[in-house]
Amino acid sequence: MNTATLPAAAAAAVPKAEFDWRPIALLFGVLLAGWPLIGSSSTWVTLSVAGLAMGLIIFIIASGLTLIFGLMDVLNFGHGVFIALGAFVATSVMTGMADWSTADSVGRNLVAVFVAMLAAMLAAGVLGLAFERIIVRPVYGQHLKQILITMGGMIVGEELIKVVWGPQQIALPLPETLRGSFVIGDASIEKYRVLAVAIGLVVFALLLFALNRTKVGLLIRAGVQDREMVESLGYRIRRLFVGVFVAGSGLAGLGGVMWGLYQQAVTPQIGAQVNILIFIVIIIGGLGSTLGCFVGALLVGLMANYTGFLAPKVALFSNIGLMVAILLWRPQGLYPVTNR
Amino acid sequence: MTSFVLDLAGVHTHIGAYHILHGVDLQVPAGQVTMLLGRNGAGKTTTLRTIMGLWATSQGSVQFKGRPIGGTGGQLHTPEIAQLGIAYVPESMGIFTDLSVKENMVLAARAARRAEELDTTRLEWIFGLFPALKKFWLYPAGKLSGGQKQMLAVARAIVEPRELLLIDEPSKGLAPSIINNLIDAFRQLKGQSTTILLVEQNFQMAKALGDQVAVMDNGRVVHAGTMGELAEDEAMQHRLLGLSLGAHQ
Repeated sequence: MNTATLPAAAAAAVPKAEFDWRPIALLFGVLLAGWPLIGSSSTWVTLSVAGLAMGLIIFIIASGLTLIFGLMDVLNFGHGVFIALGAFVATSVMTGMADWSTADSVGRNLVAVFVAMLAAMLAAGVLGLAFERIIVRPVYGQHLKQILITMGGMIVGEELIKVVWGPQQIALPLPETLRGSFVIGDASIEKYRVLAVAIGLVVFALLLFALNRTKVGLLIRAGVQDREMVESLGYRIRRLFVGVFVAGSGLAGLGGVMWGLYQQAVTPQIGAQVNILIFIVIIIGGLGSTLGCFVGALLVGLMANYTGFLAPKVALFSNIGLMVAILLWRPQGLYPVTNR
Repeated sequence: MTSFVLDLAGVHTHIGAYHILHGVDLQVPAGQVTMLLGRNGAGKTTTLRTIMGLWATSQGSVQFKGRPIGGTGGQLHTPEIAQLGIAYVPESMGIFTDLSVKENMVLAARAARRAEELDTTRLEWIFGLFPALKKFWLYPAGKLSGGQKQMLAVARAIVEPRELLLIDEPSKGLAPSIINNLIDAFRQLKGQSTTILLVEQNFQMAKALGDQVAVMDNGRVVHAGTMGELAEDEAMQHRLLGLSLGAHQ
């Protein structure tokens, strides 16, 4: 008997479980609603690409955090320190590779960016390992203490960053190749934003592959729902959690580099600035849900760019308003993880 | 001489400030079905969870095949206990509802990384016991009916050979036909010399399957003997359980 094909063939007779398209329809609804409101097609395209790029960077940062919360109920308010470290490591690498990043060569420019990203991920991952051991592990299951000590960890981390790199803003210029824009018709699309979208989509695809096609991914998805049962099946969820924490920290480091390049400058407070946005995203998406985090991040990115253009005075509150509206519609978030 | 797969001696369990088990003594013979009966709140579920290491043994000892797994001699973690060959089906079933039936089964088979690596002969046997699992193989487990979820919970526990099954009220809320399916499945497992410790309130199931019985009250085992003996003695049933098992249906 072929176990892979026989059940699959039998299952063909069973009606398929319906995928919930409504949050994705909402995303397209926001995208399309922006068009008539903005008025100009070229401006709409520019703002939409900027929003998607911003959303995908936030997704990269928040994807690890949502799994960390989903797996172990850990409220890590110190996630921002990995973002900041990643961004500052990138400034050092890019400065060290100035010959490469300013060279008139696409290849050399991209190598400089990718080396900076890799170094940032490694540094943030190593810090994540230490952070989990020293700060998070003693407060498992104690939410209030988790909030306090992880916020404290972030403050200490920020201060240490100031010791190493100084308290002032540091420029993180884009390499030559990524400066400027593509012009399509009347629309101007910044080159870096295209790269950010591409990297964000690759990270999303890799995460989906890992979560859906590998045993470790299965364990993570199962652990987010019922970690006690995963342990009862004979798997050490703490070890898995450490792995997810380190991977999530590494992704935050990558997100830090991308955020820094997006703004072309970094400050020690960069993590704290992004922290609010990533918590909004994981709440909107549904705690522990990767797909929810993806859709939520894109919504936040689009909303920030559209309202920034249409009504700058309310732009600061637009994402809070978005969160309130979505939670009124779906109190558990866009794609709630069952059993939670 | 009877060999015991599981041996609990004077086991105490605390959950936070609450003292739940007050010195449980329980022996589970190899290759037999031992029923664990008792009123609600007697400590049956806590006993299973203590054996699995989900609650720590605060006093006394839990031994599996002579090896300490809880309390005196050292407290193993739940994954280590499961890796010794103990499978647990909780009262809540513990189904991963966002995962498909196939993914639930792959997860339960520690040796398999994907469905193609599952033991095909064993899988066919499981499909024979629970045909619905084959039909809904690619379906999200959360969409299954209560009975189908219970079948999946049991199937997960037996997807690989295990030495001891701890099963908590598998018949709860199920239709008689599904209960008969489960009884048939447990009989076949018993025929393969699998040891089962079964918490159950359903007398039909208890009588059909039980070789041994332990009755709990107030966090202690207050009676241990054969199931046949208890099934025939209505006075004992009244004394230990507060009602006759027949009237309990």
